[in-house]
Amino acid sequence: MSIVTAETESNTSLERRARTASRIAFRALLLRDLTVLRKSLRGFLPRTLLQPFLMVFVFAYVFPKIGQGIGGTGAGATQFSTMLVAGVIGLAIMFQGIQSVALPMVQEFGYTREIEDRVLAPMPVGLVALEKIVAGALMSLLSAVLVFPIAAVVPATPVELHINWFVLLTLLPLGCYMCGALGLTFGTRFDPRTVPLLFGIIVLPLTFLGAIYYPWEALAPIRWLQILVLVNPLVYMCEGFRAALTPVPHMSLWTIYPVMIGFSALFTWLGISGFKRRVLS
Amino acid sequence: MVDDEVTGDVIRTERLTKVYPGGIKAVDELDLSVRRGEIFGLLGPNGAGKTTTAGMLTTSVIPTAGRAFVGGVDVVAHPTAAKQLIGVVPQTNTLDRSLTVRENLYFHGRFFGMNAKTARAEADRLLEQFRLADRGGMEVLALSGGMAQRLMVARAIMHHPATLFLDEPTAGLDPQSRIALWEILGELHGGGQTILLTTHYMEEADTLCDRVAIIDHGRLLALDTPAELKRSVGLDAAISVSAAGDLDQLATVLREGIPHARRVEHIDGVVRVGVEHIRGVLPAIVEVAERHGFTVSDLSSTEPTLETVFINLTGKDLRE
Repeated sequence: MSIVTAETESNTSLERRARTASRIAFRALLLRDLTVLRKSLRGFLPRTLLQPFLMVFVFAYVFPKIGQGIGGTGAGATQFSTMLVAGVIGLAIMFQGIQSVALPMVQEFGYTREIEDRVLAPMPVGLVALEKIVAGALMSLLSAVLVFPIAAVVPATPVELHINWFVLLTLLPLGCYMCGALGLTFGTRFDPRTVPLLFGIIVLPLTFLGAIYYPWEALAPIRWLQILVLVNPLVYMCEGFRAALTPVPHMSLWTIYPVMIGFSALFTWLGISGFKRRVLS
Repeated sequence: MVDDEVTGDVIRTERLTKVYPGGIKAVDELDLSVRRGEIFGLLGPNGAGKTTTAGMLTTSVIPTAGRAFVGGVDVVAHPTAAKQLIGVVPQTNTLDRSLTVRENLYFHGRFFGMNAKTARAEADRLLEQFRLADRGGMEVLALSGGMAQRLMVARAIMHHPATLFLDEPTAGLDPQSRIALWEILGELHGGGQTILLTTHYMEEADTLCDRVAIIDHGRLLALDTPAELKRSVGLDAAISVSAAGDLDQLATVLREGIPHARRVEHIDGVVRVGVEHIRGVLPAIVEVAERHGFTVSDLSSTEPTLETVFINLTGKDLRE
């Protein structure tokens, strides 16, 4: 094979060649990430399924069975199980975004320096970062699909589903992307030493105050908290899934969509700029 | 574009400068040109600016000023196109820990546009060429330092780059692996591969490189073939003479009796003679010594090294 040279190429042909190369490299990076996912499925499945399973099992199976059902018994319990479906899926997506994007990235920046080779792929550095978001979004999507049956089947009381397909098929990818971007933002801003703080100080409040266990509207009696949690992206995602899957009252979709799009854009910008700062000097 | 096709330069820098935040000038108006097919060495002590220079040429460090071209492509204006033309072996192990040895090569090929079949075939061919064929299915963490290094070289040349960059390639390798890597680089060089390596080992620069740029504090101090650099010191050889008797006196008679002798000193039980021309000097030393009643028991001659050159240029040791 001949050595590639470009002495005689014009700027436009160089740019065209770069675009083609970038497209190919982007796809190949995705293929690499999916291959790694396939190889690590044995770890991926328990990591993805166990937490939502335990949550649904304790709150929606054990509690009603031992007479401590949240929301009372009968219709109230059914409403709680139904409401929890959306929260479980939202939580699974967010955890996956952080676990599949942020944690490997902290490793790759901190110990292995693998990322230094990844950014030598013939594509702009920002696109390498974007690929991480997309790969994370795909894994989040997979975990949402895996978790859904658990949330629908495990509860002791019947779960009442009313699926709005349009909302589901638009919000699911949007939520997955948003959490992939959130994962990139975290991954570029934490290092191996500070990563325990990520879970202790950031992820924990996000999940407990993420409208997983209660609809946002129900916080009305604690007005200050109801307003404070509006900075939490998980709130909009859980409320959105409530709209997509259940008849439970939820936040207006006119709020959910724009805010999630806004968060996605913000995290993409934060993530890509953080990534560039880490790999370029 | 530029006329590198005419000059045959694969790498060219023009007043390339990098100032890091805090005002540290790592590279200071560096002008370099690397010719097609040569092994080019950037030699200098730690902190001389070698890695920063390689970083700018391989798009990971953004220059503060100046320009750099690889294969005729401006690496700052067109980093993606430039990345297609470079292969990089960094100082640290950056192999993909989540993949096997073979998969590391396979996916590298895919990143650079090979289809699945070609990438598989090329990966197998390279595993064979780099004597890693029996390790293809292993996790990369199970490789020894030398094997990991070979795999990184294989990966870096897989997409047929115009230039192969190696940053301190043998730092931390055991002597055997170092020699094995030198052989590999020699073979690649034989196949016409242009190679730029940074090193602070003078033997490495001397053994491997067609031309060497000596840099310190980000500035180019000298650039030439190792032989020419050593010749520039003005000494042809350093000769060590061992003999019984008063070596101070031997030094005196040799200083007077040997033509072209410079710097004749008695150091640590031998007399060291620096000469401008080696021709005829060895028999003359024996003859002069014996004429004055000394019996020469050992005589060895070494050429001046790049270390000597560096000391001459900077007044300090490479290892400092």
